[in-house]
Amino acid sequence: MNLQAVSLRQQVEQERHTGARAFINLKDITLAYAADAGALTIDRVSMEVGQGEFVAVVGPSGCGKSTLMKLVTGLLPVTSGEVIVDGKAVRRPIKGVGMAFQNSTLMPWRTTLKNVLLPFEIVQPFKRERRQKRAEHEARAQAMLDAVGLGAFGAKYPWQLSGGMQQRANLCRALVHEPKLLMLDEPFAALDAFTREELWGVMQGLWLRQRFSAMLVTHDLREAVFLADRVFVMSSKPARVILERKISLPRPRTVDGSFEPAFVDLVHELRGKIFEARS
Amino acid sequence: MKPTLRKRIALNSMPWLLSALLIVCWQIVSTKSGISHAIFPSPGEVLLAFRQYSSALAEHAAHTVITSLLGFLLALIGGILIGLAIGASRAVYSGVYPLLVAFNAIPKVALLPLFVLWCGIGVMPAVLTAFSLAFFPIVVNVATGLATIEPEMEDVMRALGARRDEILLKVGIPRSLPYLFASLKVAITLAFVGSVISETVASNEGIGVLMMAASSRFEVSLVFAGLIVIAALAVAAYGICGLVESRMAHWAFRARGGE
Repeated sequence: MNLQAVSLRQQVEQERHTGARAFINLKDITLAYAADAGALTIDRVSMEVGQGEFVAVVGPSGCGKSTLMKLVTGLLPVTSGEVIVDGKAVRRPIKGVGMAFQNSTLMPWRTTLKNVLLPFEIVQPFKRERRQKRAEHEARAQAMLDAVGLGAFGAKYPWQLSGGMQQRANLCRALVHEPKLLMLDEPFAALDAFTREELWGVMQGLWLRQRFSAMLVTHDLREAVFLADRVFVMSSKPARVILERKISLPRPRTVDGSFEPAFVDLVHELRGKIFEARS
Repeated sequence: MKPTLRKRIALNSMPWLLSALLIVCWQIVSTKSGISHAIFPSPGEVLLAFRQYSSALAEHAAHTVITSLLGFLLALIGGILIGLAIGASRAVYSGVYPLLVAFNAIPKVALLPLFVLWCGIGVMPAVLTAFSLAFFPIVVNVATGLATIEPEMEDVMRALGARRDEILLKVGIPRSLPYLFASLKVAITLAFVGSVISETVASNEGIGVLMMAASSRFEVSLVFAGLIVIAALAVAAYGICGLVESRMAHWAFRARGGE
């Protein structure tokens, strides 16, 4: 009776937090560097990301934020604790996740459209049907490019595009197969400030349309507040969650809106917490 | 005329100008130095030898080309396969690579007696020598192309659910192509070197044989003619490989502005 009440309360707590069923559930995960058994990179991190929720992870550089992404997607095994994604425990790389890095990692030997088509050649069930549905896949890739304003550039090679355009194409490739999960590791860090702000809008537009769960690792606090439903602040190594902040600003958010007091206050608060973490 | 075009023509004519200059120097040295023409012929005499022995030169050159190309082809197939294996697997790399370095350090002339013992005198020793020289640069380059895949690219592929062979097929191989084509230029010239070395020792046909015969008859101008033929063949083969390279992996030339 008592136990039941506790679990019910946990469930209510969880739904209050995430607003939906948890899509990612990190339970007390720890990662020790194999080379140095004593040193922890990640120390008892617990985190939940709801279905269709956009979270951002910020923290001082070198705190293991990128490592966290690898743990969530199963690219790295955790030392202890449990990673559950979409109801299943993660023990090996989970499939079909969209990923985008600072370096756009587009293939220079493929045209932009062919680059965007890549997931259809790997992720099931698309891979199975790719001969029959070739035209449909190409139409979807083209629609993605249209959506980010690259409609006319499908036949160009990535190296013929600017850095901002490459990142747009990169987002298209990460999302064309409509994954349930998108992982972003400082995808806009290498861009100039104006292009970056433009791409926040593009990213938000894609998310509002497809409503995947997303996890963004970034240094840029404005970026985190602009895009995320919740922001997690990590401490310096070993990484722990030191603050979880809900961002309830209305959507769609705009770059102009990022200069309003409510937005600025949030950025300020996060910044203070990170300074605390660094000292 | 656009300045860029003029500049290109100037650049392209440089090797010809330099060759002409060398020939002029050669002529001057051979007439002024007093060295006997029996051991250091003038360009004119070499030209004469070209005329006199044109059919023999052509025949032997054709033979050298064939053995070189056969050796090169074997090196290409073997080099790609082993390069892929080394580049794709750390275990194969750590096991095979040191052995390859050891093999590469052996002077190939030292292998020739073995090749002759195994295959007899003729085409095979030349092909094997060409192969053994051309093989190494191909292996190293293919393996390098594979080993330098960006880890982020691999993460993207793995997160999508790609298997190792898919990563190799979709990322590794295309990525190592420019490295492969760059190595072909080196490998083809080394194949010529290997063939000719072998011919001078253990063959009845080929430019190497012709040159050995000519030198034993003190026809030094024919030896020079043979050298020039080898050099010209190697340059032509190099040029063809360069062309193939720029065609097949045009995307890798983007930094140099060639599409």
